[in-house]
Amino acid sequence: MRPFAPLRRLALAVGAALCLGAAPVPAPVDTGKLLEDTPAPVLADYRLFVDGAGRSPNRGVTPYGVNTPLFSDYADKKRYLYLPPGTHIGYRSQGLMDFPIGAALIKTFAYPADPRRPADRVRLIETRLLIHKRAGWSAVTYVWNDDQMSAVLKRAGLRLPVGFIDSHGQARAFDYAVPNVNQCKQCHAQAGVMGPIGPKARNLNGDFDYAGGRENQLTHLARLGLLKGAPVAAVAPRTPRWDDPSLPLEPRARAYLDANCGHCHSRAGLASNSGLYLNLEETDPNAIGIGKRPVAAGKGSGGLEVAIDPGHPDRSILLYRMASTEPGVMMPQLGHALVHDEGVALVRDWIGGMPKDR
Amino acid sequence: MRIHIAQAAMLAAAIAIAGGAYARTIDIAPGLQAQERLQTALIDAKPGDVVRLAPGRFDLSDGLSLDVARVTVTGAGPDQTVLAFDHQKGEAEGLLITSNQVVVRDLAIENARANGVKSKGVDRISLINLRVEWTGGPKATNGSYGVYPVASTNVLIDHVVVKGASDAGIYVGQSRNIVVRNSRAEFNVAGIEIENCYGADVHDNVSTHNAGGILVFDLPGLPQMGGHSTRVFHNQVVNNDTVNFAPKGNTVAGVPTGTGVMVMANRDVHVFDNTIDGNGSSGVMLVAYLQTFTDPAYNPLPRDISVHGNHYGRNGFAPDFPGGTELAKALGGSLPPVLWDGVDTYTHPGGAAETIQVRLAIGEGPVANLRLKLQGASATRANPEATPTLGVANLAEPPAIRLPADQAGL
Repeated sequence: MRPFAPLRRLALAVGAALCLGAAPVPAPVDTGKLLEDTPAPVLADYRLFVDGAGRSPNRGVTPYGVNTPLFSDYADKKRYLYLPPGTHIGYRSQGLMDFPIGAALIKTFAYPADPRRPADRVRLIETRLLIHKRAGWSAVTYVWNDDQMSAVLKRAGLRLPVGFIDSHGQARAFDYAVPNVNQCKQCHAQAGVMGPIGPKARNLNGDFDYAGGRENQLTHLARLGLLKGAPVAAVAPRTPRWDDPSLPLEPRARAYLDANCGHCHSRAGLASNSGLYLNLEETDPNAIGIGKRPVAAGKGSGGLEVAIDPGHPDRSILLYRMASTEPGVMMPQLGHALVHDEGVALVRDWIGGMPKDR
Repeated sequence: MRIHIAQAAMLAAAIAIAGGAYARTIDIAPGLQAQERLQTALIDAKPGDVVRLAPGRFDLSDGLSLDVARVTVTGAGPDQTVLAFDHQKGEAEGLLITSNQVVVRDLAIENARANGVKSKGVDRISLINLRVEWTGGPKATNGSYGVYPVASTNVLIDHVVVKGASDAGIYVGQSRNIVVRNSRAEFNVAGIEIENCYGADVHDNVSTHNAGGILVFDLPGLPQMGGHSTRVFHNQVVNNDTVNFAPKGNTVAGVPTGTGVMVMANRDVHVFDNTIDGNGSSGVMLVAYLQTFTDPAYNPLPRDISVHGNHYGRNGFAPDFPGGTELAKALGGSLPPVLWDGVDTYTHPGGAAETIQVRLAIGEGPVANLRLKLQGASATRANPEATPTLGVANLAEPPAIRLPADQAGL
């Protein structure tokens, strides 16, 4: 039998190769399921990922990032964009781009056990979907089971104890809040109409590390035919990166406030009645908070007189509320339980550097 | 008889189903996971449904929200069904409503972290037979507003009791067509406040033991500005004597302790047939917005104000504002029941000063005119003059507020 051993090995190898070649192609994303009125009970039903654990995106599901994100309690956020086959995004320089029906934005919130090894022992918390249905955008979230193999629909919100190690090596523990569907709308509705917040053209206009290499996202999407009508990235508007130390403080701070506050604090957002507008497009200094007195802040004023007192971060209500974790005081009201120390530091430096008017 | 009743009920149900108006009642009891069960009901409710809360105490860990139109949230009464936010971990509101034609009634909300019930951008919001309370008494760390309709239209607040708000107990802001009646506000900074609103009737309320009883204000820099047309009548505005405990920076922190009715920077406000007694700073105060402002469209003066037919007891005996003591001395020991700052001139932001004709019809008094003239001037610079009445004999009264016929009432 000996002489035949190499042959047998060869036969086994060929057999294995044939098996691989015959491996079934994963079924495509179920666009029909995405478009149904009633959300699926488990995330896997949409087939957005080819593995049950939500790590490997299916065909048509493209990862993306944003220049300046919303702070979410130091969660690691993985974002993906799904477009139905043959469809594309219509470019718009301002506001929300023209997404096709059936498009979905997918965001998974996760904590690695140790941030120095971000890919190891990652605990997935939830995967949120924004789906562009025929009647408009619809938000829904799926919470990952303890076994991390399945994520189930959660409409009424949930609090989960979460622990992680922060960038200083300190162990942190807090109650993570999974939003309920009304809370999704509180941030995502402008003038009552639901829509995405992050993936504006200006916030996508930056590089991303794709599997095939680093590339500007607008360029990448346009090259793949997923985005049409976009100018070359160099002339498209660009949200500054909040954490890019090579940029001046003001554009970084404004970008940070835009991403973290501007969806609610805008003329069409839930906090429109406050008169405080922190979206990037706002130009009225008083509306941005400079010398602006509070309207309904209550104890949120912290005994201070104005939202932003130029040159005096410690006299600025805006900073006081960003640095609080007390419900009724803390801002944003939703989406975090921890203070974003780096964001607070940036806004502190920005206000501190303003010329004083008293 | 029983059969007849059952048959009638079935018939009624059949009619309701045939009419497409079959409303479900979703019953929720207190107990374990009250947060999730109640919030789920508020999400799953369909237009026309009633979410009915059993008697007892609902221990809630987060704010609640409702975004479905034509839903009624009801309890077994404000002393029976309590939404308790003592352990609230997130959100500012106890209950946030963002859908039209909603009724909240017959329940209590305790110790919400910021506001008790808020409605934003709602058409036809009815808040009926509620108690909103911070149970530890007046404290600066209490929530801001008890009931808080904002940017809403057709607002009914009826038989609502609010205690302990660190801003206003009953607050309506940037709204239109409002009725606040049969309600009671006590131990708040402001009892009842109507701010930047168009058209409000505030009547048959009791506002007592607040720092200020009833305020009608207009503030600059807001989407809805130029507040006007409010009638304040048949109210008991008595013994507002709680020391102002508002956190500094808030507009109401500037309301003198012991204010009865205060009108600031608003027009077409008529204050009549109220009982105003025991308010140490002043019975009725008509004043300009004091701060500087940048909004070119803003008018900081009270104008077209009528005050008549009120019953005054003892007011103005302990004026709690800069210059108040000196004023009282100059005017014979205490302030007269009605006080006007006498401001008729203000400077447009980045522009020139303008003097406007401030029309007043103060049919009773004496009236103290502080003759401050310029917006922003401190009362310490008053050159007071008291007269039996002030201004014209009468001004056209704003029309009575009519709410839509399909708005839920008592």
